[in-house]
Parts: sequence; C-alpha cells; structure tokens
Amino acid sequence: MFNDFVAPSLYPAAPEIFLLFMACVILLVDLGVKSPRRTLTFVLTQLTLLGCAAITLLTSNTEVVYTFSGMFVDDMMADLLKLLVYGAVMLALFYSREYIQDRQAIPKGEYFVLALLATLGMLVMISANHFLTLYLGLEMMSLSLYAMVALNRESAISTEAAMKYFILGALASGLLLYGMSMIYGATGSLEITEVGERLYTYSVDKSVLVFGIVFLVAGLAFKLGVVPFHMWVPDVYHGAPTSVTLFIAAAPKLAAFAIVMRLLVSGLITQAADWQGMLIVLSVLSMGIGNLVAIAQTNIKRMLAYSAISHMGFMLLGIVTGVVGGDARFALNAYSSAMFYVVTYVLTTLAGFGLIMMLTRAGFESDELDDFKGLNKRSPWFAAMMMFVMLSMAGIPFFVGFFAKFSVLQAVVAAGYYWLAVAAVLFSLVGAFYYLRVVKLMYFDEPKIQEPIEGPLFIKVLVSANGLAVAALGLFPQFLMSLCAYALMRSLT
Amino acid sequence: MEMQKLYLLVALAPLFGAAVAGLLCRVIPRWLGHTVTIAGVAVSFIGSVLVFQDVMAGNTFNGPVYTWMTTGDYSFHVGFLIDSLTATMMLVVTFVSLMVHIYTIGYMHEDPGYNRFFSYISLFTFSMLMLVMSNNFMQLFFGWEAVGLVSYLLIGFWYTRPTAIFANMKAFLVNRVGDFGFILGIGLVLAHFGSLDYATVFAKAPEFANTTINIWGAADWSLMTVVCICLFIGAMGKSAQVPLHVWLPDSMEGPTPISALIHAATMVTAGIFMVSRMSPLFEMSTTALSFVLVIGAITALFMGFLGIIQNDIKRVVAYSTLSQLGYMTVALGASAYSVAVFHLMTHAFFKALLFLGAGSVIIGMHHDQDMRNMGGLRKYMPITWITSLLGSLALIGTPFFAGFYSKDSIIEAVAASHIPGAGFAYFAVLAGVFVTAFYSFRMYFLVFHGEERFGKAHHDEHTGDHDDEEVSHDHHHGLAPGQKPHESPWVVTLPLVLLAIPSVLIGYVAIEPLLYGGYFEGVIHIDKVAHPVMEELAHEFHGPLAMVAHAFRTAPFWLALSGVVVAWFFYMKRPDIPAAIQRRFSGLNAILENKYFFDKINETVFAGGARLLGRGLWRGGDVAVIDGFIVNGSAKVVGWMAAVVRYFQTGYVYHYAFTMIIGLLLLLTLWVRV
Repeated sequence: MFNDFVAPSLYPAAPEIFLLFMACVILLVDLGVKSPRRTLTFVLTQLTLLGCAAITLLTSNTEVVYTFSGMFVDDMMADLLKLLVYGAVMLALFYSREYIQDRQAIPKGEYFVLALLATLGMLVMISANHFLTLYLGLEMMSLSLYAMVALNRESAISTEAAMKYFILGALASGLLLYGMSMIYGATGSLEITEVGERLYTYSVDKSVLVFGIVFLVAGLAFKLGVVPFHMWVPDVYHGAPTSVTLFIAAAPKLAAFAIVMRLLVSGLITQAADWQGMLIVLSVLSMGIGNLVAIAQTNIKRMLAYSAISHMGFMLLGIVTGVVGGDARFALNAYSSAMFYVVTYVLTTLAGFGLIMMLTRAGFESDELDDFKGLNKRSPWFAAMMMFVMLSMAGIPFFVGFFAKFSVLQAVVAAGYYWLAVAAVLFSLVGAFYYLRVVKLMYFDEPKIQEPIEGPLFIKVLVSANGLAVAALGLFPQFLMSLCAYALMRSLT
Repeated sequence: MEMQKLYLLVALAPLFGAAVAGLLCRVIPRWLGHTVTIAGVAVSFIGSVLVFQDVMAGNTFNGPVYTWMTTGDYSFHVGFLIDSLTATMMLVVTFVSLMVHIYTIGYMHEDPGYNRFFSYISLFTFSMLMLVMSNNFMQLFFGWEAVGLVSYLLIGFWYTRPTAIFANMKAFLVNRVGDFGFILGIGLVLAHFGSLDYATVFAKAPEFANTTINIWGAADWSLMTVVCICLFIGAMGKSAQVPLHVWLPDSMEGPTPISALIHAATMVTAGIFMVSRMSPLFEMSTTALSFVLVIGAITALFMGFLGIIQNDIKRVVAYSTLSQLGYMTVALGASAYSVAVFHLMTHAFFKALLFLGAGSVIIGMHHDQDMRNMGGLRKYMPITWITSLLGSLALIGTPFFAGFYSKDSIIEAVAASHIPGAGFAYFAVLAGVFVTAFYSFRMYFLVFHGEERFGKAHHDEHTGDHDDEEVSHDHHHGLAPGQKPHESPWVVTLPLVLLAIPSVLIGYVAIEPLLYGGYFEGVIHIDKVAHPVMEELAHEFHGPLAMVAHAFRTAPFWLALSGVVVAWFFYMKRPDIPAAIQRRFSGLNAILENKYFFDKINETVFAGGARLLGRGLWRGGDVAVIDGFIVNGSAKVVGWMAAVVRYFQTGYVYHYAFTMIIGLLLLLTLWVRV
C-alpha cells in the first residue's frame, strides 16, 4: 500500500531547508565561540540569509509550484516576499549588533539563532498552502519572538511584555485554530486552494462557514495588530529591547500580509463579502484609535506602535477593496496596492528604528520623544533621515509613504467606497500631527544632550541608505509598484 | 538607442555639475567648482552639436524615457521630443550658457558665493534643456517652473541687498500670475484631450475645432481660443509681455552674467518657444493669434520708449530685451513662428553679447552702472568697445547683420498679415525700429564716446535705482578720482568675441534654410489658408544678398539710420537738447520715469488689495473660524479623545484578553446569521 508513495519535491522548499540546517549548524558553532562579540555567529547568520536569498532567486520561476502533497506552495508572491523578509531581517540584525553588544544581559548567540528560526517561521507562513503548514509557521515565528522579547532577562518591563505577548498570542492562536476547524467542518478540506475550489463548486453550510471566518479574521487581526486585537502591540513594542522591537515591527508584517492573502484571498475569495465587511470595521477602528492614541504618547516606541496599528489598518483598505459586488476586476490593483503599502511600511519602519538605535548607547535607551529634541544640532544628517521617515509615514509627497497611501486610496475609490477614502484621509491628517511633532522637536527645540552620534561607519552608511531609499522610492515608485503587481498577477489565478 | 543616451547626457551633464558645485559649495575650491560646471555644460554643448547633426541627417525622436507614475488613465512620463526646433534651442541654450559660464570666472572673481553661482547657472541650463526637450506638457511645466525657480534664486543672489530681495519676490509673484494661466491651459488640455503628450494632443486638436465651452454667463467660447489664451498668459509671464513685464527690469538686480543668460538670451524666450511648439493649437484660433499680436506690438513699442530715459546701463539693455521679446511675440501672432524662432536665435546671440559687454564695462568701471559717469571708454576697453558696437549694429537691424534678417522678416510678416490688429502691429514694429536705434546708440555714445566723466567725485550721487542701498558688498564702488578703467581679463573678452561672430553672421547663414528651406517642416504647423503669411514672404524672398540690396529702399533701414543720427546729434553734438526736451515735456517724462505707472498700480491696487483681503480673511476667517473653532477646537477634541482612549490600555493582561473577546463577539453578532 505504500507503493504509490511519491517522494515530494524538495526543490520549492530549498530555502527553508537550508535555513533550518544552517540554524542548527550555527547553534552548534556558537557553543565553540568564545568572543563576547560573537562575530563568527553574526557573520554566519548573515551569510545564511544571503544564501537563502540566493537559493530563492535561483529556484524562482514564474509558475505556481505545489509540493508536499499540496501543503506547500512556491509562487512569485512567495519569492518576492521571502526576498524582502531576508532583507528586512538582515538590516534588522545589522542595526541590532551594537545595541545588543552594549547590553550585557542579552545572550548574543541565542539572539541570532532565534532570529533565524523566526525567519524560518515566516518563510513557512509565506509558502503555506495548508491550514496546518500555516499554523506551524505561525507558531514557529511566534514562539521565537516571545523568547526574543524576553531575552533581556534583567529587565522587568521586557519580561512583562513577553508574558503578555505569550498569553495573548496563545489566545489568538486558539481563535485561529478554532476558525480553521470550523472551515474544515464546513468544507471538508484543510488545503487552502482545495477549500477555495470546494466553496466554488459545492454548497456549504453558510453559518458554520461564517462562524469559522470570524475566528480566522480575529486570529489574523491579532497577528497584524489591528483594533480590537491590538492591545499587545504598544506593550510589546515598548517593553521589548529596541532591537527586538525593530525585528517584530518589520519582517513579521510581511508574513502576516502573506497569510492574509493565502487564507482570505486564495481560500475564501467566494466569501469576500463577509470578511471584507469585517476587515472594514477593523480597519476603520485601527486607523481611528491608532492615530488618536499615538498623539498622547511620550515614548517614541509606543508612538510608533500605535502608528503601526494605524498603518496596518490603512493597509487593510487595499485588501477589502479587491472584490466589489462579486466583481473582481480591480482585485489585482487593490491587492498589489496593499502589498506595496506593507513593503514600503517595513522599509520606512526599519529606517525609523535603525535611527532610534543609533542614538542609544549602554545604559541609555533614547526612546523618549524628548530625546529627539534638537537632533538637528547634534547631527543634521541623521535629523534629515529621521525627517524623511516621519514625512513618509505621514504620507507627504514625494516620499514613498505618499505613493503607498495614494495607491491604496485609489483602489478604495475605484471600488466606490468614497466614505472610506474620506475617513482614511481624515485619520491620516490626525496622524500627521504626531509625525510632524517629531520633526518639530528635532529642528526647533534645544537639545538636551549635546554629544554627537557615534557608531560604526558601516551602520551609519546603511541607515543613511535606508533613509535615502525612503526618499528615492518616492521619486521612483514605479518599479516597486509594478514588481508587486507582477508577482501577484503571477500568483493569483 | 544610442541617441537616447546622448539626449540624456545632454540634459543631465549640467545637472551633475550643478549638484557637485552646489552640494559641495563650501567644501570644494573655486577652480574645481567652475571646472566641473563648465565641463558639464561643455559636454552638453558638444552633445547638442551632435544631436543637431543627427537631426539634420533626418533623425528625429519622440518617446518616453522614463515613466514617472501612472494614475488612472494618465501616465506621467519624462520624455524627449527631438526635432529641428528642439535641436535649435538646445544649440542656442548650451552655447550661450557655455559662454556665460566662462565669462563668470572673470565677473564673479571676487564674490564669496562663487561656487553657489556656478551651481545655479548649471542648474538653470539643465532646467532649460528639460523644458525645450520635453515631449509633454507635464515636463514642460516642470522645466518652466524650474527655470523660474533658478531665476528667482539668481535675481536674489546678493540676498543681503533689500532691492535684490524685492526684485526676486516681484519676479516670483508676477510669474505666478502667468503660471496660473499656464496651468489652467494645461488643465484644460488634459480635461478635453485626455492626454498630455504633444503628439496625441496635436493629432486630436482638429476634432475640437468647433467645440465651445461655457466659462460664465451665457457666452460660449471656442475651446481652442480659451486654451491658447491661457497658455499664452503663461508665455506672457515668462517672456515678460505687457502687463506682466514688470519683473524683468527689476531682475537686473542679479549679477550681469545672469541677466545675459536668463533674462535676455534663454529663459525669457521660453514663452516664444512654447507658443511655436504649440503652433498646431494656436493656428486653430485667429482670435488667440490677434491677442498675441496686439500684446506683442504693445510690448515692442512702449517698452522701447522706456529704454530711452534709463541711465543704468543694464536697464537700457533690459528694456531693449523687453522690446525685442515684443517683436518675437508679434511674429508669433502673425503666424510666422519660424521667424519668431529665428529672431529668438539671433537675439540670443547679440543680446547676450550686449549684456556681457555691459558687464565688461561694469567690471571696468568697478561696478558703477550709471552711464552718466562713463564716456570715452573706447580707448580703455577696445575689445569691449568693438564687440558692443557689433552687438548694437545687430540689434538695430543694420543690413547684413544677424538682427537685420530676423527683424526685417518680422516686419514683412506683419505687413503681410491680415488678422485683426495687424495694422496697429505694423505701425508699432516700424516705429520700434527708430526707437531701438535711438536708445541703442544713445547708450553706445554715452558709454564709449564723448567726454570722460568717470573718476569724478560722484559717490554722493549714486544710480537712481540704488539710492537706498547700504553697501554690503564691494559692488557699486565706481572708480576713485584719477583712476582709469581697464580692459577686462581674457575670460571676459573671449566670450564677447565668440558671441560677436554669430551676432554678425548667423542671420546671413541661417535665414534661407530656417525660414524658407523646410527646416521646420512637420514641426511648426501653419494653417496656410487662414494665415498665408509665410507663403507671401517666401514669394518675395530672393536670397540673403538680395534682401540686403532691397533693404536700402525700405522704411526700416532709414528709420534705423535716422535713429542713430538723432542719437549722435543729441548726445554727442548738442547734449543740451535732451535736457531741454525733458524740461519741456515734463508730463511725458514723468510717465516714462514711472514706467507708465505699472508698478504703482500693481503696488496699490493688486498688492494693496491682496493685503487688504488677506488681512480681512486672516482676522475673520483664520483667527476666528479656522484657528479658534476648527484648528484649536478639533485639536482639543482629538486631545481629549486621545486621553480617554488611552485609559483602555490599562496594562492588565486580562483587560487585553477581554477586549479581544469583545471584538470577537462583536464580529460574531454582526456577521453570523443562524
């Protein structure tokens, strides 16, 4: 009876396999590394990510390839998102290097291995075509992140944040699993594309299905960090070491976008009317509460946490406008606008947190808004970079954030949700206040601290390149936009 | 493919120079600043020559180079349209720019803003090239605004002088008025044609020949007329046509090389270029052409009058520029676009020459610009003298000189035109010939001949326009008693000589191919039935030499000659006559002194009215409603809400979990129907 067993093709999953292998190797190698800087571990980690990128590029093709009996998918969207994940993780690790070096309590070797394993989780999420694969990747990533948040063992606030994250994360995982089981009950399949096909051909019990969708959406909303499943976001952003905050704020958003696309668009597109309605509610709440509460913050990490909530809400606008009254004409445009939004948001966030970390040193976190006062006097160049980040997040032309908002709004208007577009613009207007406040602090207030900004030249160059990319992509957004559209066009059928 | 790279190189080389000199202006030494910018412009000039040869060989190009963004049905491109018109403009712009770059080494020698200046003029060259090479309205507008910006920066280059700041503000505001019309025109084009690409718009234009639009009231306007007039208002701002001319004389506050490059040879001709480029649109509206013709005629004649009474050497040249721009505009109105471009080209050379010559005189006079303090400079500055003489002869249209061919062609074109307003225009351009000759040679005689008036104690009596100025730079010193002017260094005189050559020859060489040889075939479109001017001109043209021979029997020649003679008589022979006339006709003199009261009207009616309106809106609208109610009110509400919602973030994990459950229940109740 095992004669018909066909060995699955490992080819599409090559990056994940390589990454897993290397993570184990690095774990072992790290045992032998004595230097407190763990340079070898760090270099190996970065090389692993580079290797993954090379493998992803080499194995990439324009077709959609399934393997492991349809549990795993490799398509253009997966390839593009994975490449972006590698980039985001690599940048995050570069920026983190000095920061964790200055903090004795953070174990260095484990830090990199956990980061790699979290990355593995994201890759699996991105390529999941099965509820269980998806869940596996999600837990892989989440468990690594919980541990990373808690890595600074001497800090009570970090431990508290990790605990909250863990408990609420467990709850969210439960919701997601419950939703999956409901959908399995309704359709009889765990494979996402199969679910989609069955919903198309057979009639299923509507109420069970919608019941399942509600739970799925709740679970996804937790991962994206949108209201009312957002409560962990400010506490974790604030409590985690800044380097971990940067890590959480960047690459996982790409993975979260991927699972939204997989679950809702690939699997449940027939039920778009239901989940789009739910997401609209979540989106408007997120933009409202995220932007409003951000104003009241005095800690920049907390402020950026609320800003992240509002940005994710904005990104959802692209997802909810794909199908209008059963008509999917604008789907590609809408989804690619959401993808462009999330990609550019990650880029901007990386630059923002990278700059925050440049200002820190041993024993000083520099995460209060007041620490940014008079930054222009200390370093005009990095003040300008921070200004780019803030203006881009506020959506001011001609920074990339403007084009991201613009293309999403265009999708919203094309779908006919004028009120939604108006609401989004109004909330963005509220949001502009706290972004511009940072600019005002940097340029018009007297500095509290006089000392110049120090750090390795390479990191300075990297942060500058990142900040300039925010400006440059605003001038030349077309390439990235069409790349997103192309990847999605090749992946969605 | 290869040529496309060359086009990009031509446009971007000056930008590179500008970036290096501008961003590193405090770091790099002066020699590097001018080397890199001059190299950039030189590359650009050589590239333009190659492009010109390529176009002559029959290769034109029209296509996008880079797609900037796509929104809805419109995409915005950076694209090039390379044809004979573009190639001509490229040559003129890069050549004059190169000359001015070299000249600047000498002129700005002592200025602390040396690198900054080079950066600006290179940036200007880039912007101007983008403007002329554009294949769509979007990029045209970009170049249009970019040259405006650089012009603003350069007029206020000596930003510690209040007069310079006033002048650049004025230029900026007046150009806004023009740009407002311009962008309205572009908007109308986009709204009705659905595209901003020249080729598409021109191809579609005939479909709209009978379209009318309603602006207000019951009057229906022809769409093409409205579009063309709007676009032309843009041209009026940039090319300084009455009544939007007021900024140009004041722009002389900028350093002289700029006056030559931007405010005489190139930027101010952008409007002329634009209308020529839009000839397929303008040809569809005789009303718009009449408007163009009359505005041009008014500018040509009345601005010439003002040149007569100026004492500042640069201002004389500035008014002469205004008047010549009027001539070009008249040619446009008469549907003789190629003649306008021809005059644009010859004018670029001889006017740049005159300006740079004036600049050389100013250097020699140690930055004294008042002609009443000059005289007899001929023997001290021989090269400046001879080149300025050649420039003046070209300007007044002496037969065989460049200006003769272009200006005579304009006058004949107007004579052949029969659209409304042509009669007045013909009178204006004819009378303008006499006026031009008079003020040009008044300046020439006052500066280079006669009694040596420099070196006398004149420090208590500065130039009229700069009385209120506290000396913050080492300009406007003038010569100390006993000091003699001296010839300028070679970097100054070399451009003069190089510009003098085309000022003399280019008309003779270019007239036949440019006007009658099919050079602009397919580029400039003329409705031959409605506006047969060029046909008639071609009919009467028998070669450049025949034209010279014919000139001695026509009115313009004798008018020019009499202008010169009268100037000689008044200012060399009997200097008491002009003074007497001034006393006798004090009313007329007052009108001219006050430049027809344009500035007074602008300052009291428009600026004053705007300030009054602004104050009203500020007190009533801004302070009370917007600040008090909307801004502070909504800020209060938002702040209050932020403070309230913030309390939900209690920090207790069970509150967080509870919120999630509530959210879940909310979604369940809203969506699940059992």
